[in-house]
Amino acid sequence: MSLLAVCAFSTWGFAGEIHAPANVQAGHAFSIPLEGSGQATFYLIGPDHVVKRSVNLGSDLQIEARDVRAAGHYQMILCDASCTSTNFEVKAASGAHLSFFLHPSRVPVSTPNSIDATAFVFDRFFNLVLTPTVVDFQITPATGTGFSRQNSTRDGVTWLRLDSTPHEGRVQVTAGLNGGAGNNAAGNVEEARVIQQVAAEACALRMKVEQSGNTVTLETDPVRDCSGNALPDGTIVSFTKVDQAGRSTVDTPIKKGVARTQFSVTGSARISIACGVVLGNEVALNGRSGGKS
Amino acid sequence: MKWALVTFITAATVVLVALAWLQSGGLQQHAMFSAATPEAAVRALMTQVQSHNFDQAYAALDPSSNTDLSSFVQDVAGSNSSLRTYSSLQSVDVSPLHADNDHAVVRLRMTWSSAVGSLDDVRDVNVKRDGSVWRVVWPKPAFQAVPPQVVSVNYLRWEVIGRNTSQAWGAQDVDSPKVRITSMNAISRPGRVVILGEVENEDTIPAYLNVNATLLKADGSPIDEEGSFDLISHVLLPKQVSPYRIDFPGVRLDSVKSVRMDARALLVPASADPVIAATNQAVSKDGLNRNVLKGELVNQSGRPVNIAQVLAAYYDDQGKVIWVSDGYVDQALMPQVPVPFAVDIPDDIAARLKNYRVLVNHYSRSSS
Repeated sequence: MSLLAVCAFSTWGFAGEIHAPANVQAGHAFSIPLEGSGQATFYLIGPDHVVKRSVNLGSDLQIEARDVRAAGHYQMILCDASCTSTNFEVKAASGAHLSFFLHPSRVPVSTPNSIDATAFVFDRFFNLVLTPTVVDFQITPATGTGFSRQNSTRDGVTWLRLDSTPHEGRVQVTAGLNGGAGNNAAGNVEEARVIQQVAAEACALRMKVEQSGNTVTLETDPVRDCSGNALPDGTIVSFTKVDQAGRSTVDTPIKKGVARTQFSVTGSARISIACGVVLGNEVALNGRSGGKS
Repeated sequence: MKWALVTFITAATVVLVALAWLQSGGLQQHAMFSAATPEAAVRALMTQVQSHNFDQAYAALDPSSNTDLSSFVQDVAGSNSSLRTYSSLQSVDVSPLHADNDHAVVRLRMTWSSAVGSLDDVRDVNVKRDGSVWRVVWPKPAFQAVPPQVVSVNYLRWEVIGRNTSQAWGAQDVDSPKVRITSMNAISRPGRVVILGEVENEDTIPAYLNVNATLLKADGSPIDEEGSFDLISHVLLPKQVSPYRIDFPGVRLDSVKSVRMDARALLVPASADPVIAATNQAVSKDGLNRNVLKGELVNQSGRPVNIAQVLAAYYDDQGKVIWVSDGYVDQALMPQVPVPFAVDIPDDIAARLKNYRVLVNHYSRSSS
């Protein structure tokens, strides 16, 4: 009986307390001294996995880098005849990845505060970096000069609100971690997104009329917004004609910058035009061939 | 005993033969060829049409009918994958308008059932006496033939390349189209509440749109939620405006405190073709003395439109939408060929309407 007890104590030793380091960075190996003698079982319980290992007391316990990749709350447990445990936090490493949202993907020109650029900073293990990190935003419009802004993250995120410019076309917005002050990134990290600035509502919508016998051909001037940008092809323009035969309407898409349609006219007629909620000019035909007022 | 068996077998044979005759349409055929009144002649003809016995129906027409079998079948059964080809004759109402010894005019109201609801076709048909029976004069339908030609179609088409789902969170994507409800009006109708108005695609890309409404009580709890179903143009091209109507049967307007609207738009591939004009629109009365908005649809592109739906929004003198109604056209829209349409208007709305606007939904069998 006493021999068995000796054997047992020699195999499962006496473990003292374990002490975790105060600061642990994700993906960094570290070691902790184990007091006592003999063997024990070590458990490391992390946010995304659990490690179980037999250890020799009285030596240093090496925690591999791969065991502390995930940032968050960890618990170490050392068990022999009894168990002792301690907790520690693993913090994200320096920024190495960006998740960058640029919203919306299309925006009408000349609209204030219409563009949202939001960047989340992650380390190389995709832990959200909660320490303030500087993010560079580079804005490059299709025409005109670009500009940049620097924002520091708060709780892992930073954002920017921008006005759309008066000219249609692509605007590239790039978010980057440049390894500058307050940023420990090893190299430059950039994420680029593109936003399409599109024409706003039609402005000064006008049509011209050509009459040939009982047929009138209606064609708009090039349809543009108030900043002079052409509305894209496929945009619907509604023509309405009212004459003795009744009312006729047709929704025609813009093609090559203009919308065009034909109507038969009986007697005098009034013809109007609209694009969305924007009304254009109205033309009155007096019933004589080619006559209009 | 022996005679009883013979009598039973003979009687059973007579009954079975009579049943077979009835089942094979003998009664209708008898009625057709012995139509003693103009109304009976029209009913008998429609019975054959209902049974798809077009050859027999055509054979029963008056010889003065200047139509051929093909045109007759096309007239009553439809063609070119039109809505009529997917419909069946549900019921027939016949009422005499005029009659003398040899000639009568009968109002024929055919109600066709289809997947999109029932469709009425009202015609005044001439009926002539032929000896002891009456026969229907069926005029040759005025189908306009499209002359052989090549029509170039170069309208815009939008295709969508979506985000690859394997890409990282935050990767570049294309937003859904931006749509806006430009007007909303809640009105009370007999036995229901109706929400109606207009919605605009404000974006530069096409939208597939659904408008839903939730009626709320004073305490904020929902009474009912409904969608616009087919009383909207679901596919809206850039800057296009569609009326919508949402019906809440069995709800009283005084029980509604507020309405929550929800317009959901999806990015879909679409084509700017075909362009359909709604011409010669006018409010008038139909053959049943109902208020209707009548007009013609003209398909201005080169591809046939198999099924067309007319959506009409009616405005009062202040420009407010007071009603939205729709009607399906049971003929296919062949290029450049005008096809008549008619949309019902309730009497009280007709008395108040100041203006109206028509939009055409379309379905083409070969479209993608």
